Amino acid sequence: MRELTDRALNLAQVQGASYADIRIVHRETQYITVKNGVVQELELDSTQGFGVRVIADGAWGFASSHLLALAEIDRVAALAVTIAKASALAKIEDVDIGPPEVHVDTYRTPVEIDPFAVPLNDKVSLLLETDKEARSVKGIMVAESSLTFIRENKTFASTEGSYIEQEIVESGLGLVTMAVSEGEMQQRSYPNSFGRHQGTAGYEFIQQWDLVGNARRMGEEAVALLSAPQCPSGLTTVILDGPQLALQVHESCGHPIELDRVFGTEAAFAGTSFLTPDKYGTLRYGSGIVNITADALTPTGLGTFGYDDEGVPAQATDVVKNGLFVGYLTSRETTSQLRRIQPNAPVRSNGSMRADGWNRIPIIRMTNVSLQPGEWAPDDLIADTDKGIYMLTNKSWSIDDKRLNFQFGTELAYEIKNGKLGRMLKNATYTGITPQFWGSCDAICSVDHWHVWGTPNCGKGQPGQVAHTGHGAAPARFRNVRVGLIK
Amino acid sequence: MLGKERSKEIADRVLALSSADQTEVLIFGGNQHLTRFAVNTIHQNVSETDVTVRVRAVFGKKMGVASGNDLSDEALRKVVESAETVARFQQDNPDFHSLPEPQPIEKVDAYSEATATCTPEERATVVSAICAASRENDLEAAGAFSTTVEEVVIANSLGVSAYHCGTVAHIVTVIMSEDSSGYATATAMDVSTLEPETVGRIAMDKALRSRHPTSIEPGAYAVILEEDAVADMLFTLNYLGFGALAVQEGRSFMSGRFGEKIAGENITIWDDGHDPRGLMLPFDFEGVSKQRVTLIENGIAEGVVYDSFTAGREEGKVSTGHSLPAPNTFGPVPLNSFMATGQATKDEMLASTERGIWVTRFHYTNPVHPIKTVLTGMTRDGTFLIENGEITRPLKNLRFTQSILDAFSRVEMLGSELKLLRSGWGNFAVCAPAAKVEEFRFTGTTEF
Repeated sequence: MRELTDRALNLAQVQGASYADIRIVHRETQYITVKNGVVQELELDSTQGFGVRVIADGAWGFASSHLLALAEIDRVAALAVTIAKASALAKIEDVDIGPPEVHVDTYRTPVEIDPFAVPLNDKVSLLLETDKEARSVKGIMVAESSLTFIRENKTFASTEGSYIEQEIVESGLGLVTMAVSEGEMQQRSYPNSFGRHQGTAGYEFIQQWDLVGNARRMGEEAVALLSAPQCPSGLTTVILDGPQLALQVHESCGHPIELDRVFGTEAAFAGTSFLTPDKYGTLRYGSGIVNITADALTPTGLGTFGYDDEGVPAQATDVVKNGLFVGYLTSRETTSQLRRIQPNAPVRSNGSMRADGWNRIPIIRMTNVSLQPGEWAPDDLIADTDKGIYMLTNKSWSIDDKRLNFQFGTELAYEIKNGKLGRMLKNATYTGITPQFWGSCDAICSVDHWHVWGTPNCGKGQPGQVAHTGHGAAPARFRNVRVGLIK
Repeated sequence: MLGKERSKEIADRVLALSSADQTEVLIFGGNQHLTRFAVNTIHQNVSETDVTVRVRAVFGKKMGVASGNDLSDEALRKVVESAETVARFQQDNPDFHSLPEPQPIEKVDAYSEATATCTPEERATVVSAICAASRENDLEAAGAFSTTVEEVVIANSLGVSAYHCGTVAHIVTVIMSEDSSGYATATAMDVSTLEPETVGRIAMDKALRSRHPTSIEPGAYAVILEEDAVADMLFTLNYLGFGALAVQEGRSFMSGRFGEKIAGENITIWDDGHDPRGLMLPFDFEGVSKQRVTLIENGIAEGVVYDSFTAGREEGKVSTGHSLPAPNTFGPVPLNSFMATGQATKDEMLASTERGIWVTRFHYTNPVHPIKTVLTGMTRDGTFLIENGEITRPLKNLRFTQSILDAFSRVEMLGSELKLLRSGWGNFAVCAPAAKVEEFRFTGTTEF
């Protein structure tokens, strides 16, 4: 491998690059999906290749190829330099990536049971049993359950002297049940919606979640929702469960703290951010009990690794401290840009650059952006709430291009009356403006009810990239929230 | 780029390695180049060369799929063996009958040499011009300019052998001031027809006209939706319910409603992979020739698209050539849809509107209630108040929560021109006109 990385870095420098790095990546993926009693997907995918990123004439260039051969390394490294020189045609100032990052190291996801070593039969049997349980409920039209396993081996080398080898292993699982009646469709998912829950871990991650034991309940809840009353409209108190709150954190905190968005590089696609540098260290983002961190060291988190794809070590960063906005997700380049505006900002990147494979350039992605736990027990929180709605598991999401106005829908909701859970409600939605919403947070459940939820489908960038991110959350309460918008 | 002969040679090599009852090989190849800019400078400039070989091995009614991107004999043999191993672990899939037999496939001319050979310098020159014009007006330009060559090969052991090579050039820009933004985009097979200067000029004009926006109360308004906003709704209908599997599972808005009026009489929607106004693709990912399928005609629910699996579940149905790559649980989907035009220009729509809202495009739309086609999202990059037939002031962006089919039942005017619009992900495209819609429901506002 050293021969390939040295060749690329040397050639890029000879062609005129002032900085170059190369990532060689091999990713294996196994998908298994059972739908309505049939194994619909059983697939083994493998992809490998390399990407060379350079700075030449003060501008960026990147080229990639699937052909791991010396001649192709030469062609692609030279092409990256040519592209960088073309970028310089529209340059305003030279790229500044700050002080060097030099690390020689290896990192491997801690894995107890290698998921690729578990027999396929065992995995298929687990899903078939789950499917059977879910469809034993009368009225279930669709049951779909899946397992996903990923192993990514990547080597990073740079002209600054870094050489880092990593192996990231992910395991994921999910079940969705759907019930349909005249003009109505309802669904319930476990452990999380939109495909699956996932973490950086081995097969032990799958064993921790009792997929079979929860399948029938998911089916029953989906069917019960068909005849449940519509979620009412108005201003009320809302309690969100962990999975829904994880997505709320992802959309309304995780994205707006991406410093590349803040500086406009996503403006034409995903949008920008209301958290502009003038708000750094001064904006009251939430109530005093709101503490949010970005922590790439969280065990089993889907945003956990050893080094980011610029070769910067994984770190933990405060984002919101006692309600005050205090930190961004950064890259080497945006760290330098921020310090020109905010001289007190950190000197080094906090290691948030990741690429979706060998053929994509690293961009700032969430690591594990988590709402820190509070003190409450869920039962006490319900008992302490006179009137409101308890909402569980995301069904739909939308947020504006500065991450202020959001609207979420959940699969399941319950009325709260006089401190007790009441009737089930369907089609629940809530909407708000980010700082006002987080400012209304007055209770968060304790660490005993806190879990790191995996989001394996975060889209950003052009060409499109899908990131895997983690979000720790425990149920929390919000006051004066507008709910129920479907007519 | 592999080229036709090399692609077919790889496909033949894979088929010869297989011992399965039936074998299918699907190859995606090509090059993608993209120059991305923001704050009036290029910040990302990338090039990618890749090929993916997907093998489906079939034993009786058992199937397995494996893929890889290493073209060596040893690697391809491993992919075939993996697919066969996986298939043997499978259970019978009762919906599977056979891989498709060969059938005539009409060639389409979807390749442009100018697009395929566009250089980083040529893209940078275009981007530099947009950035310079933006800077001269104290504005900031962001966007992306991409040129892509895409190859698809599908072959199977029953004799199917099809190759398609197409090019796509795409430019998008958002130009911003302190408190405003404007958007424009263009997509074409041939980069020389893209007119990037026009794209830059439209976006800049909108950015300048939308400065100092003010709020308006949410509620039901007449709207003039530019083509992007209409296309967003059409994309949503495509994946929510225009596929046969969604109907068979009862989760489509078309389920049980064929022959019924589900939209206004002026709404006709169809899918056609051979129409040169779209991004052409003559066959699907099973190698079946794409048919023109009418989905809604004069407001009546007419039909949905099929792949071989969903066709096999219904008496008398055949695949319409809309399969996604196997395996998938999503089912067939229209990838080249069109909405019929009307007679109006956007100026005529504007002149006819006493009070309403002009929408350039939507942002982050997502279904809230799929069967009722209720969609939510935000307006973005050029939202204006219309009073007495004229645009009177820019508006802060609004959230809508609106049933698409209800909106399509209240379309008062349709634009006379179709615009080709690519989805944010992949090269799925629709051709849509602008539309004037009565009583479009806005449910919230934001701060900019």
